[in-house]
Amino acid sequence: MSEVVLAAADVRKYFPITAGVFKRTVGQVQAVDGVSLELYEGETLGIVGESGCGKSTLARVLMGLIPATSGSIRLEGEELVGMKPARLRQIRRDVQIIFQDPYSSLDPRMTVGNIIGEPFEIHTEVAPKGDRRRRVEELLEVVGLSPEHINRYPHQFSGGQRQRIGIARALALRPKVIICDEPVSALDISVQAQVVNLLENLQDEFGLSYIFVAHDLSVVRHISDRVAVMYLGKLMELGTEDQIYERPMHPYTQALLSAVPVPDPRLRGRREQIVLTGDLPSAADPPSGCRFRTRCWKAQDICAEQEPVLEVRAHGDHPSACHFAEVKVVTRATH
Amino acid sequence: MSDSDILSAGPVPEPADSKAIASLHFDPTAPLLDVQELRVDFHTHEGVAHAVNGVSFTLEAGRTLGILGESGCGKSVTAQAIMGILDSPPARVVGGRVLLSGVDLLTLNEDDRRQVRANRIGMVFQDALSALNPVFKVGWQLGELFRKRLGYSRTQARHEAVRLLDLVGIPAAAQRVDDYPHQFSGGMRQRVMIAMALALDPDVIIADEPTTALDVTVQAQIMKLLADLQAERNMGLILITHDIGVVADVADDICVMYAGREVEKADVYSIYDKPAHPYTQALLESIPRVDMKGKQLASIQGLPPNLTQMPPGCAFHPRCRFARQRCRDDTPPLYTVSPGRLSACHFFQEVLDT
Amino acid sequence: MGSTSPATEDPGAVPTGTPARGPSASGSIWKDAGRQLIRNPVFIVCSLIVLVVVSWALFPTLWTDKGKLECDININRTPPSWFPGTPPPGYDTDLDGYPLGTTTLGCDMYSQLIWGARPSIVVAVVVTALTALIGTTLGLWAGYYGGRVDTVISRVTDIFLGLPFLLGALLFLALLKSQSIWAVILVLVVLGWTQMARIVRGTALSLRDQDFVEAARAMGATNHRIILRHILPNALAPIIVLCTIYIGSFIAAEATLTFLGVGLKPPEVSWGITIAQGQAFAVAGFPHLLVFPCTVLVVTVLSFILMGDALRDALDPKGR
Repeated sequence: MSEVVLAAADVRKYFPITAGVFKRTVGQVQAVDGVSLELYEGETLGIVGESGCGKSTLARVLMGLIPATSGSIRLEGEELVGMKPARLRQIRRDVQIIFQDPYSSLDPRMTVGNIIGEPFEIHTEVAPKGDRRRRVEELLEVVGLSPEHINRYPHQFSGGQRQRIGIARALALRPKVIICDEPVSALDISVQAQVVNLLENLQDEFGLSYIFVAHDLSVVRHISDRVAVMYLGKLMELGTEDQIYERPMHPYTQALLSAVPVPDPRLRGRREQIVLTGDLPSAADPPSGCRFRTRCWKAQDICAEQEPVLEVRAHGDHPSACHFAEVKVVTRATH
Repeated sequence: MSDSDILSAGPVPEPADSKAIASLHFDPTAPLLDVQELRVDFHTHEGVAHAVNGVSFTLEAGRTLGILGESGCGKSVTAQAIMGILDSPPARVVGGRVLLSGVDLLTLNEDDRRQVRANRIGMVFQDALSALNPVFKVGWQLGELFRKRLGYSRTQARHEAVRLLDLVGIPAAAQRVDDYPHQFSGGMRQRVMIAMALALDPDVIIADEPTTALDVTVQAQIMKLLADLQAERNMGLILITHDIGVVADVADDICVMYAGREVEKADVYSIYDKPAHPYTQALLESIPRVDMKGKQLASIQGLPPNLTQMPPGCAFHPRCRFARQRCRDDTPPLYTVSPGRLSACHFFQEVLDT
Repeated sequence: MGSTSPATEDPGAVPTGTPARGPSASGSIWKDAGRQLIRNPVFIVCSLIVLVVVSWALFPTLWTDKGKLECDININRTPPSWFPGTPPPGYDTDLDGYPLGTTTLGCDMYSQLIWGARPSIVVAVVVTALTALIGTTLGLWAGYYGGRVDTVISRVTDIFLGLPFLLGALLFLALLKSQSIWAVILVLVVLGWTQMARIVRGTALSLRDQDFVEAARAMGATNHRIILRHILPNALAPIIVLCTIYIGSFIAAEATLTFLGVGLKPPEVSWGITIAQGQAFAVAGFPHLLVFPCTVLVVTVLSFILMGDALRDALDPKGR
């Protein structure tokens, strides 16, 4: 396999809950709790989970945008946790981010040229001053926009076009890793496909590694090489796209996959749908032992007492965090 | 004359019947909901936008109609026009009829219209948090319908609220009835909204993107709840969504909208099997599928048109792979492809054959 | 110029069929706002009035050939001949060259109002500029950095907000024992910056969480750069609106303090002084001593405030 670009080991992010005039800490939200994963060169790692599971926080912690509470994050061998702010700003070149909301991600007071050119003003060594306008025009072309749009303002573009501007900005510094935080979920279906295709083409062209955070499981499956399933701040299962979708081991993964509507009416009533009961528990007060146990149909006493570790289980070929992990196919018709 | 005579001389409030609306004669033999040639314009400072441009469909009791389309195609405006909750200005209904059991809702006065809402048509919105009033307890908001419309006492109304919350599967309904909307999770709030829409036992439910803001696992719960309630009460359900997967799972009939018009109408099986309009075809192709892994997704080039500057002829022609001169010149009518199946494409046969 | 569509100024239009979402296909929101303002009669009238008053302050000699202190006590309190009502016996009513009559000290009312504009406008503009500087800086810091910085700044703001404006100003000016224009400016700035700080803080707070700010941070931008390049430009609209309204309010505040006797003092000439001197005689048969200066004051203050309102409407896309 190719080289590891980004490696996280036992990363935690706790947000303090404060109360009162003096902002006394009264508790902690365990948004990310002991996550370890690796991102290889040129691959796409999908992170899926319900809203509130900590996937967006994890993505930002991985790029040093939110400081980790503990653990280790190594970008090409260099430790990000506890790094000096000046060096961290410098190293930001290598990891960029694309946001979900194409409306709030672009400064409405700046022209497209200034938005895409801003990275060059911060990292002046990347492009000499006289060269910047040409570079911005090139970037516009790369993402499929006309270079003539350089003097326009964001509100003059549609959602899909704005997302392309955001992608051009992320590409400007030639990063090694791009964090895609729900990059297509705010877009219409037909535009979604355009942006997914663009991301895939850019990956091939520039050898990028993606961390692709999304709740749309079909899009994640299409674009990802490997997929991590997250629930309440922890990884439940980690494997290749094929392993996760065709041979899911963890009950949560199975429930998640079975809930995805399939655009084929002939499968109606012929698929097993695992409908989870109840809501996501609070990350400020997670259940003991396995965090999924309160909604799990397999839960037994041991699940409340002992936390299952993420490891390769019997009958499995990829790590999952369940005492009773076993393969169950849910993406195909049952009879 | 004594005081008691004067008091009793006044009109006695009649025991309210949730269905009876004075002066309206609903015909039980007419189709449940029959929308004919509905047109809605928006007056903007850029000009007049034809947001809904001649939409027609029929909904029978116990059936589910899925209205499918991307943002700006007019699907939500259609729903709001049926409900009579359009913001006007800028919106104006400029033509068509909305027949509910034979009564044209568009000709009713505001009072009757309000009666029809809730009593006969209920609506579930996408954003339950903003559709519920944040400063009132959910039980009070639910009970209000019974107090205002049916003249129930506070205790009776509260009792009904608990019954409804229980019906939509909210655990410990008797306690949750005193909670405020923000104390519910997203999925639970959507259940409260459904309870509200169901309160007066309507014949039609319009659900406008009811699960778009929810996670898949919760979406599955909510769709199941809607389907169960519909079957149990034999209601007509209009499901408005952009999610091709969701409609495939629950709809009987599908109406695909593009730029304010219906472009294809058919039963769910034929449409997913062989679409008869290039737009439907392209939409279905643009969903990622397992066998497409590692390949380019089929995407529709370009963007939907600006509703104030519609292209001549077929509105989809600038993005269509079948387009030719005729598409630029003539607006295609809704051709009958087969009985009960319509497509607004001159070359539907060609589309079917690909 | 303002009416031509900026879209025609740059070729290479967005590809056909682009849905123009939000405000039409034009340039920045400033251009949009400008086009809207030009069509707003209230704004036009108010800005003309403001221009006239400002030119009084800058070039009083353009408007009057009488000097600032050119007064003749023998003809004091004379109402103009066209003014309704009869003055008490012994007062002349048709003096040539005094279109608005004379003041309590026998100066030409018209030129006193012209000369009086300068201290009012200077106080208002200087106070507004300093207020904006302090309020914006503190507000941006508090809103952007949050945490302890915010706690300290917000508490200090609260303390100053807790001081009743008039009582505070009276007290400070009494303690300062100076009634120069600078003392008035100092007091108004000390008491006036808080509201600006609070509003800018609120704006900065909401901007801080926008994705484009996070994007800038992800690029490696320093806090300094983010505040100057992203937060400030986006907060500028409410700041400018507030400043316009502030100028009006501070003109009124200066007049109030002067009227109460703690502001400017003669031989300085200001609207507040003219009003203060006239009020004793206004009810004794000389209403013009109050009517003219009060009208000028109210119209000026109102013009600034209405201008601010029009600006706010034009800059707020939600209002459209």
